[in-house]
Amino acid sequence: MSETPSANSNRPPSLAVRTVSSIGELAEHRINKAHDSVSSVGGIILLLAQTLSWSWRSVFESGVRLRKKAIIEQMVRIGVESIAIVMIVQVFIGCILALQIAPTLEKYGQIGKVADIVAIAIVRELGPMLTAIVLSGFAGASIAAEIAAMVESEEVKALRAHALDPIHFLIVPRFWASVFMIVGLAVIANVVGMCGGLLTAWGVLDIAPSAYLDATQQALVLPDLITGLFKAAVFGGLVAMIACYEGLNVRGGAAGVGRATTVTVVKSIVAIIGTDAVFTAIFFTLGW
Amino acid sequence: MTKTSSPSDATHDRNTIISVRHLRKTFTNSAGIDVTVLDSVSFDVARGETLVIMGGSGCGKSTLLNCLIGEYELDLGEIHFQTKDLIAPKNLTTMSADEKNTLRKRFGILFQSGALFNSLTVGENVALPLSEHSSVKPEVIDMIVALKLQLVHMLPHRDKMPSQLSGGQKKRAGLARATAMDPEILFYDEPSAGLDPVTSTAIDELMMDLSKKLAVTSIVVTHEMDSAFRIADRIVMLEKGRVLKIGTRQEYEVLRDAAPATLTTYEDQLMNQFLNGYNIGPLTNADGLSEFEKLITG
Repeated sequence: MSETPSANSNRPPSLAVRTVSSIGELAEHRINKAHDSVSSVGGIILLLAQTLSWSWRSVFESGVRLRKKAIIEQMVRIGVESIAIVMIVQVFIGCILALQIAPTLEKYGQIGKVADIVAIAIVRELGPMLTAIVLSGFAGASIAAEIAAMVESEEVKALRAHALDPIHFLIVPRFWASVFMIVGLAVIANVVGMCGGLLTAWGVLDIAPSAYLDATQQALVLPDLITGLFKAAVFGGLVAMIACYEGLNVRGGAAGVGRATTVTVVKSIVAIIGTDAVFTAIFFTLGW
Repeated sequence: MTKTSSPSDATHDRNTIISVRHLRKTFTNSAGIDVTVLDSVSFDVARGETLVIMGGSGCGKSTLLNCLIGEYELDLGEIHFQTKDLIAPKNLTTMSADEKNTLRKRFGILFQSGALFNSLTVGENVALPLSEHSSVKPEVIDMIVALKLQLVHMLPHRDKMPSQLSGGQKKRAGLARATAMDPEILFYDEPSAGLDPVTSTAIDELMMDLSKKLAVTSIVVTHEMDSAFRIADRIVMLEKGRVLKIGTRQEYEVLRDAAPATLTTYEDQLMNQFLNGYNIGPLTNADGLSEFEKLITG
């Protein structure tokens, strides 16, 4: 007996149709995600351009106020409150690094080189990068949550309604506070990280502190410090921009605020490591 | 004086402070479909009057307010303002960002939640527009802040943080901030929402008092009937993004008090149901709604 058209239409789709349909849905989902990523990168670049433009106007235009008090308040919030966490992380990093490389160096009779490796690794790489990662989790998330909450409670709209630009009022102070403070934090991180290496070398590897300090001094050159701190400043700006962008573009009430903070931390970490790779390649090529 | 442009099809006299013409606003929803929230909205606001924009949930009241304050870009239409610093009406839709900001300094806005800056005290909230937009000395700003807070009976709460205030106090502080720059136009977004009846009446009286003392034009978005009938000089009724009726408070009172059976037109029956909050009528009748949709889509 032949099937009626209605019976045909009720039959579940074949495996091939379902497979193609699933692939299509997955592709659409991926394309949408890629579109979102591209538009957020564009949005962050635009926000950065507006922030720099407002910063320029604040310094050079007489009618636009440089919000020094707000910058200092944010510096205290972002920087001072992060010092303890940065120090704890870096002292452990110094210890771990010294312990991890010691057995290999000992094999080649080069245990004295622990200080050189710890110093260069921390000053050029681990100090700025891990400080930025700590900052993204600590200050970045907090900035994103604060601005997102301000958007949700109509405070940002109220700023615009009072002819106050939210970028001038909210973003510029957070951006510069983040840039300035991460440089300071990276200096502290460098010192503390090397101290962690020194303590391990002295306590576990029987290297005298004076010998360790001499080796450190000889290993480090000025470009190591400059490139490290330059990267730190860029990371600080990056974290602030991502946090502010996610905060300003929050959607969906309290759940949206939570999502903005999580996304800020994830995007910041990816952006920090990606940017670090680019800078390292550039500095390597230039021989710095 | 700012350079001005004339509205395309409105007869303007100095008594009209805002003129809205053929306003349309469309949003794209999450499914990618365009939804028209406001369509062919036109009305004038007279200088010094209190105009209430009324309608059910989702009728486009808040969108209209956001269009009026320049928060949303229009898809179609014009909004002309004639504040005292302008020699002829100026179209909001063609203004530059700086021009919009200059116009916004002539506005005061009370948001639904008060929208006080949580990191600042009540006094600092009121002082913020003054300290940012004027070169007045701090001592003078302090005096103005005290005056504005006194007007809304919030002077004793000057040093409190917004988190320490009740809902009604937040609205009153928001009102003090909205009036800080001596605005010509005050916008209110659901001023009675979330307040108990006594506080709601107090806020309404405060609005009327300010309107009289400061001689401002007030535009109030609300769906609270009692409040609307207390404060309005004229009422604009929105339904499904279109203007259903523009009339005086007295006209609306007649419509509200009429027996449904005596009303002949479909719009009058619909407004009667809305104004009285009846659960039977064109708004809740599937056939009637379909007819209404036919009516508004022509």
